[in-house]
Amino acid sequence: MKLPPLDYIRPVTLAEAIAILAAHGGDAKAIAGGQSLMPLLAFRLAAPELLVDIGRLPGLRHIDISVEGVDLGALVTWRDIERDARLTYAHPLLAAAIAHVAHYQIRNRGTVGGSLAHADPAAEMPGIAITCDALITVVGPNGTRMVPANEFCLGGLSTVLEFDELVTNVRLPPWKQNRRWAFEEFARRRGDFALAGVAAFYDIDQNGTMRDPHVGVIGVGDRPMRLSVVENLLEGKSLDAGLILQAAALARDAVDPTDDIHAEAAYRRDMVGVLLERVLARAGNIVLMEAA
Amino acid sequence: MTRTVAVHLTVNGAAATISVEPRTTLTDALRNELRLTGTHLGCEHGVCGACTVIVDGAAVRSCLMLAVQAEGRDVRTVESLGDAAHLGPLQLAFRKHHALQCGFCTPGILTTAHALLSEEPDADEDRIRDVISGNLCRCTGYIPIVAAIMEARSAYLGVQAEAAQ
Ligand SMILES: Cc1cc2nc3c(=O)[nH]c(=O)nc-3n(C[C@H](O)[C@H](O)[C@H](O)COP(=O)(O)OP(=O)(O)OC[C@H]3O[C@@H](n4cnc5c(N)ncnc54)[C@H](O)[C@@H]3O)c2cc1C
Ligand code: FES
Ligand code: FES
Repeated sequence: MKLPPLDYIRPVTLAEAIAILAAHGGDAKAIAGGQSLMPLLAFRLAAPELLVDIGRLPGLRHIDISVEGVDLGALVTWRDIERDARLTYAHPLLAAAIAHVAHYQIRNRGTVGGSLAHADPAAEMPGIAITCDALITVVGPNGTRMVPANEFCLGGLSTVLEFDELVTNVRLPPWKQNRRWAFEEFARRRGDFALAGVAAFYDIDQNGTMRDPHVGVIGVGDRPMRLSVVENLLEGKSLDAGLILQAAALARDAVDPTDDIHAEAAYRRDMVGVLLERVLARAGNIVLMEAA
Repeated sequence: MTRTVAVHLTVNGAAATISVEPRTTLTDALRNELRLTGTHLGCEHGVCGACTVIVDGAAVRSCLMLAVQAEGRDVRTVESLGDAAHLGPLQLAFRKHHALQCGFCTPGILTTAHALLSEEPDADEDRIRDVISGNLCRCTGYIPIVAAIMEARSAYLGVQAEAAQ
């Protein structure tokens, strides 16, 4: 499985990288960490004429934490996120979800921008971006546009990115204090892509009821998605075991996974219910009785 | 299409210049151009970890990196961890604990463990298991591998203590 013949260039500025991509009209492809693209090339599922290495472009590897939220540069690696202790407070959901991405060696090279652009339906980063209403900054020959995460993924491995556009950063809105949250996923082997994953958070008002609940799932469709029926159910209520079971039942019906070699659709559907139960129980500190 | 590119890098402490096609992976460059065949190639698409080398201190899968991407980088392969006459602490521990049978996975596990212990010499068993979860071994069942890495930690703790002085 040797790579197809291709040429390689390593531009030194973002503008240069975009100009090169534009000049090649779709025959060139950006490479960042290479942790998704290299396997595709090895299988010859992709065969660009030219790889444009954006891995050393300056100014794209920041983790900025401010009142505006958490801003991640496209070249931030999974290891960068893991090592940044501030994120445990500034965005615990992000930190917890990214802890599940891939294996040690892959985490040293895989990037936030590459993961968003690759748009694997089971990938954690796009899932968190959608769950948190993140804004993705996209730069192309005609300038910059901001794309809400829920409009970014179009389907399996496909996004709104044009061939000459690059993701430069993604901004997660500020994380509120005392927010309740949890993330759970199931994978056969530690670090493998999840068969299914669920992220959820909500705030609590002075009456102890849930406000602005967000629930996102990965691995059970052609792209990550929000479960708005579950969010609507939770909004304005106080969480208890009965509500959790009701939410899980709704979640099972709301997803429409397909069979693949990793798991049957019915298994994935059930998994979403189980994971949502666990996530809500953890977020709300509620003990669920295990079914006998 | 088949132009070759000169790549300048440091391999196991020595400067090297190689001439490769842009599509050449770092694994193939190390094995075929530099004849460092300690780095193994298993799946060739990022799943097994046999090809792990250390680039600028970080363990990476060399089958998922182009040789041209290693321009200017410091690359360490399993050959840098010791030789038959002078085994390094991880290698000694692997021998003692029988942490290999066929040995195919071993270079990738040694380099991974070296990167881990260089940075986290106090890694506990859970952390070690977590880190080597990305390295497939079909022979040993992992128990002796984990035991060997646990034992080698003391040598790395010593190195850190020296560096701190
Ligand atoms: C064995 C294995 C297990 C894995 N497990 C997981 C997992 O559990 N969860 C998970 O999320 N991921 C997993 N990954 C994928 C890994 O996280 C990748 O690093 C990530 O998906 C892509 O990032 P990259 O920087 O490596 O992108 P690359 O491989 O370099 O690029 C991927 C795609 O994105 C494009 N691209 C890259 N950067 C940009 C940019 N800034 N703007 C526009 N386009 C860009 C490229 O052109 C290419 O099409 C796994 C990979 C392997 C090999
Ligand atoms: S050969 Fe590189 S991961 Fe298997
Ligand atoms: S010793 Fe044979 S694969 Fe690990």
